[in-house]
Amino acid sequence: MLTYKDIIKPENLVYRRTPLLTEKTLSYCPGCGHGTIHRIIMEVVEEMGIQEDVIGIAPVGCSVLAYEFMDIDMQQAAHGRAASLATALSRLMPNKYIFTYQGDGDLAAIGTAETIHACSRGENFIIFFINNGIYGMTGGQMAPTTIENMITSTTPYGRNSQLNGYSLNITELIAQLKGTFYVTRQAVHTPNLVRKAKKAVRNAFEYIKLKKGTCFIEFVSNCNTGWKKRPLDAIKWLDEVFLKEYPLGDLKVPK
Amino acid sequence: MKEIRLMKGNEAFAEALIRAGTDAYFGYPITPQNEVLEYLTEVEPHKRTGMIVLQVESEISAINMCYGGAGAGFKVATSSSSPGISLMMEGISYMAGAELPALILNVSRGGPGLGTIQPSQSDYFQAVKGGGHGDYKLFVIAPASVQEMADFVPIAFDVAFKYRTPTMILSDGIIGQMMEKVVLFDQMPRKTLEQIEKDYPWATTGKKNYRQRNIITSLDLDPIRQEKHVLKLQEKYKKIEENELRYEEIETDDAEFILVAYGSSARICLKVVKLARKEGLKVGLLRLITLFPFPYKKLEELSKKVAFFLVTELSTGQMVEDVILAVKNNAPVYFYGRTGGAIYTPNEILDFLKSKL
Repeated sequence: MLTYKDIIKPENLVYRRTPLLTEKTLSYCPGCGHGTIHRIIMEVVEEMGIQEDVIGIAPVGCSVLAYEFMDIDMQQAAHGRAASLATALSRLMPNKYIFTYQGDGDLAAIGTAETIHACSRGENFIIFFINNGIYGMTGGQMAPTTIENMITSTTPYGRNSQLNGYSLNITELIAQLKGTFYVTRQAVHTPNLVRKAKKAVRNAFEYIKLKKGTCFIEFVSNCNTGWKKRPLDAIKWLDEVFLKEYPLGDLKVPK
Repeated sequence: MKEIRLMKGNEAFAEALIRAGTDAYFGYPITPQNEVLEYLTEVEPHKRTGMIVLQVESEISAINMCYGGAGAGFKVATSSSSPGISLMMEGISYMAGAELPALILNVSRGGPGLGTIQPSQSDYFQAVKGGGHGDYKLFVIAPASVQEMADFVPIAFDVAFKYRTPTMILSDGIIGQMMEKVVLFDQMPRKTLEQIEKDYPWATTGKKNYRQRNIITSLDLDPIRQEKHVLKLQEKYKKIEENELRYEEIETDDAEFILVAYGSSARICLKVVKLARKEGLKVGLLRLITLFPFPYKKLEELSKKVAFFLVTELSTGQMVEDVILAVKNNAPVYFYGRTGGAIYTPNEILDFLKSKL
């Protein structure tokens, strides 16, 4: 008679949580993309065997505590300033892998100058940009990436471009800069997209070794809580509406 | 033989950065401290020591680059002038909270606002009383000569690393722009990554398999733990007050009237002492070198034997508040100041002093 002890053996292992994610329970809402994105980044770091050489920068926003979940050396930046920290680290330790992990408010509003100039200088680090079109941590206010007519706690009647301006497609802007080497937009709400996104993460870590410029990955993600939608409705809206404004795919790939 | 050069204060600071073994300097142009970045880009320190020099998009970015570099245990510095230092205050507060060592030079000018590009000492409150948000203090040291613009660099770095705290050299447009003879200290080596990892086990240089991951942050959402952290910072500031106080007494032994000043004002007051002594007036000078720590005890001690104090500042009166606090009504404290970039002459101060006799 087989018991579970006979089955749970290394040779029978088909899937496990990467040990580069800590035991700490994630602080994210159920259904949020952050957990998946954390996992695929740490899986790539594990697969490449570069844990000792990776330093991450956490932002201010929902992922402010990213350093609690990733078992690597990390620094927590002031709101929007992650790219400045990463610039210093990549210049001082050119043989390490430096990445920032930032949300849309952090990267595309308060940190626009730092982000654009780091990418324009072609700093050799990776930016992981999570875009859910909303300020999640502070309760769902309008973000620079909030799309027209989208309801948030500060656009309760929908974003009105006359009043609030237009959504900022910062990744398209980043792709125009001479300093960027690899720019792509991914998502993680289906298994197929997770696999593609992980491939993009791997690309970024491989490309950054070449020291040819900044690598930038946008992950378009759902925010069920901030969007005030049920998980399945949120994913449906993401597919049918949000991704129309932010179409997935590569914006700049090395020749 | 030490190297002797004729330099501007800003250039002496820049050369001292290289010689102190600084790993990186990040800066943004602003008058009257542009010579720092210009000197550093001209002499190409990366060829001498490997030091990184980068002109960045804003003072905000410069201070946050210092945060990043310091978080990995590197010796980093930035410089600016008053309006730019205001922009850096956010980053300085974060560095105090995250306990990161760094050196910030303020070549101050008149304010508020864009104010003027002429020298001023109106950033005393900002430098000494916090400046940014939260319960923190900066070690602040004020040079009164071009020589000290160089000599205070290693001192400020030593304090920064000894206590894991940002430190400030509070200079002004006079000291930054004037040229004087400087005796330069010898080149100190930069630390290798291995030395940094050994000396600063907290540095985020990549998680090694022999240790837990290192985290640099100023965040703790638990109030009891955050309180403990803030109280730990206060213990550190208390130690700095105990160990790092510096001042200079000039002819205070027999003085009936004591001038209290720092930086360029102290330099002007040196002349006041000479002029007054020529006239038979027993005037001395307490020259503050560190502004935090502040010589409360020394002032209290002096207050018991003098007729009055005269505080001079190129401001409408900021440091004078701390002098009054120290003197505790034991003696009158007068104040003479000019502001907005205007500078007093020694005779102007002497006339004011005589008007109080």
